[in-house]
Amino acid sequence: MDYFLTEEQQMIKDTAREITEEKIIPQRAELDEKNEFATSIMEDIAKADLFSIFVPEEYGGLGGGCFESVLALEELARGCVGVATSFAASALGIFPVLIAGSDEMKEKYLPVIAEGKRWAAFGLTEANAGSDASGIRTTAVLDGDEWVLNGTKQWITNGGESEIYSIIALTDPSKGARGASIFMVEDGDPGFSYGKKEDKMGIRSSATRELIMKDCRIPKDRLVGRKGTGFITVMKTLDISRPGIASLGIGLAQAALDEAVVYAKQRVQFGKPVIGFQAVQHILANMAIELEAARALVYGAARHIDAHPKKMTKVSSMCKVFATDMAMKVTTDAVQVLGGYGYMKEYPVEKMMRDAKILQIYEGTNQIQRNVIGQELNKEYA
Amino acid sequence: MDIIVCVKQVPDAKDVRLDPETNTLAREGVEAIMNPFDRHALEEAVSLKEQLGGKVTVLSMGPPQAEAVLREAISCGADAGVLVSDRAFAGADTWATSYTLAKAIETIGDFDLIFCGKQAIDGDTAQVGPGLASRMDLPYVTCVQKTREATDTGIQVERMMDDGYDVLQLPLPALLTVVKDINEPRVPSLKGKMKAKKAEITVLSAADIGAEEQYIGLAGSPTQVVNVFSPEPRGDRRVFTGTAAEQVDQLVDQLKGYL
Repeated sequence: MDYFLTEEQQMIKDTAREITEEKIIPQRAELDEKNEFATSIMEDIAKADLFSIFVPEEYGGLGGGCFESVLALEELARGCVGVATSFAASALGIFPVLIAGSDEMKEKYLPVIAEGKRWAAFGLTEANAGSDASGIRTTAVLDGDEWVLNGTKQWITNGGESEIYSIIALTDPSKGARGASIFMVEDGDPGFSYGKKEDKMGIRSSATRELIMKDCRIPKDRLVGRKGTGFITVMKTLDISRPGIASLGIGLAQAALDEAVVYAKQRVQFGKPVIGFQAVQHILANMAIELEAARALVYGAARHIDAHPKKMTKVSSMCKVFATDMAMKVTTDAVQVLGGYGYMKEYPVEKMMRDAKILQIYEGTNQIQRNVIGQELNKEYA
Repeated sequence: MDIIVCVKQVPDAKDVRLDPETNTLAREGVEAIMNPFDRHALEEAVSLKEQLGGKVTVLSMGPPQAEAVLREAISCGADAGVLVSDRAFAGADTWATSYTLAKAIETIGDFDLIFCGKQAIDGDTAQVGPGLASRMDLPYVTCVQKTREATDTGIQVERMMDDGYDVLQLPLPALLTVVKDINEPRVPSLKGKMKAKKAEITVLSAADIGAEEQYIGLAGSPTQVVNVFSPEPRGDRRVFTGTAAEQVDQLVDQLKGYL
């Protein structure tokens, strides 16, 4: 379907596709098997200027929006959701600066992020604070000219690989969510270290690690925005980042559909290619229908967000749920179409199905997204 | 360091067919790409420029549409593109091509280093690089798999050999042809693509470079193609199965059949 991309948007899509074809696809199986972070591919992505897409022009970026990021992420996810996740997580980690940071803070971080020389990560989740983000225990106390952070963040994408971390901590634990603030912590800060590296079912070319802050001292000016506004910034961050996760779903599902159709045309059973059987055709047809519906919703949501409306939470959650549930279903169906071959690691759909699962879980489970959509509906019809 | 990279637009080798009627290359509907070896030459030039400063100029001889590979090179980090294009160049073999490129480089002016791909995947001669160096009286090394230290006056390189590699030191200016092992070419960057779109490609004709008629194009080409043909498909092949002894028996039986 033609989505009427501008010349610049098409260029972004083409560039991401070239990275996928030339750099990601040849390496993805090995990175997956070795559970290895895709450092060289991240460097290739940086050289191609893709890290600069969403950074404003005055900070050396291309000044693109959510839609431009979605186009790049979709193409990268066609190659590997692990790599695309690492790329997306860097954006997620710096969004708080973009949304609430001072000019000085933007000047410090955004140009290096745009160049792709340093990557970022987002530190919200803790052992007891997943879907219920208000359960975080990490604290930050001002001591003279420094903030002192204590706590452990869990399952942080790009942990140990990034140099810049946005960390959500309580500056006033008695106020609960209203007492949270965001801090920029950097690799090498005193008292900041990395803990356990996770061994995951999928997206194994991405790094998922604990961040440990033990009397971690950082300069006073690393506070993002005003004290106590952390959760508002987190919610705004997630509103603009969720379509990115949704786009990983459509890129992944496109890759799975491509594999399934190509296989179904080649595989001969009962004397003809299996695509000639209606039972197989209908599986493929449903995959294609659901994929295109999801793409239309994700693109629509991203363009809605780029128009800077007052309310974007509902569409942002809707596209995340729909596209990622679709990706789980389409990748599972692709394995079914390939049958026994699909279940083997020699064929890429096995990895695609494993990679799909996380999309329904991270950046807010799909159950939490439905809660959010329900609450928004409740407000709308008040 | 100022570097010139010679690039050629070629038909994508994934899709090479001969027209069965005329026995010439079927170009219709076949995508034209930058010769793959030249992409490695360009990458090496751009990385040297990034380390040492200077300028990378890409040069191609070809029809007007070859401008596309020059723009692609600019999107990958080259600074300027020069296309030598003239109907009079048509039908050039490697002798006439190296003459034409040498004249073009004289017109471009000063440089420290020329990079070429080892060979082009359409003609597969590997002659233009060395031919160009000889015409310009430059020291050259073919099949470079690595550039080592480079300074303003010299460069040390590794030349790929069957049984390892040679280490060679060259004074500058010089010419190098590269193999694919030398590097991993980058994907064109977004900013590079935007620059390439706006870039002005210099187009030089035979007169602009002062090329003499008798040395260019078909007239300047001693190589004459007598015949081009698709080889006959090989005959039926049989795969013998079973134990080694059984396979040998089958093979002997088969051979006896030919006696």
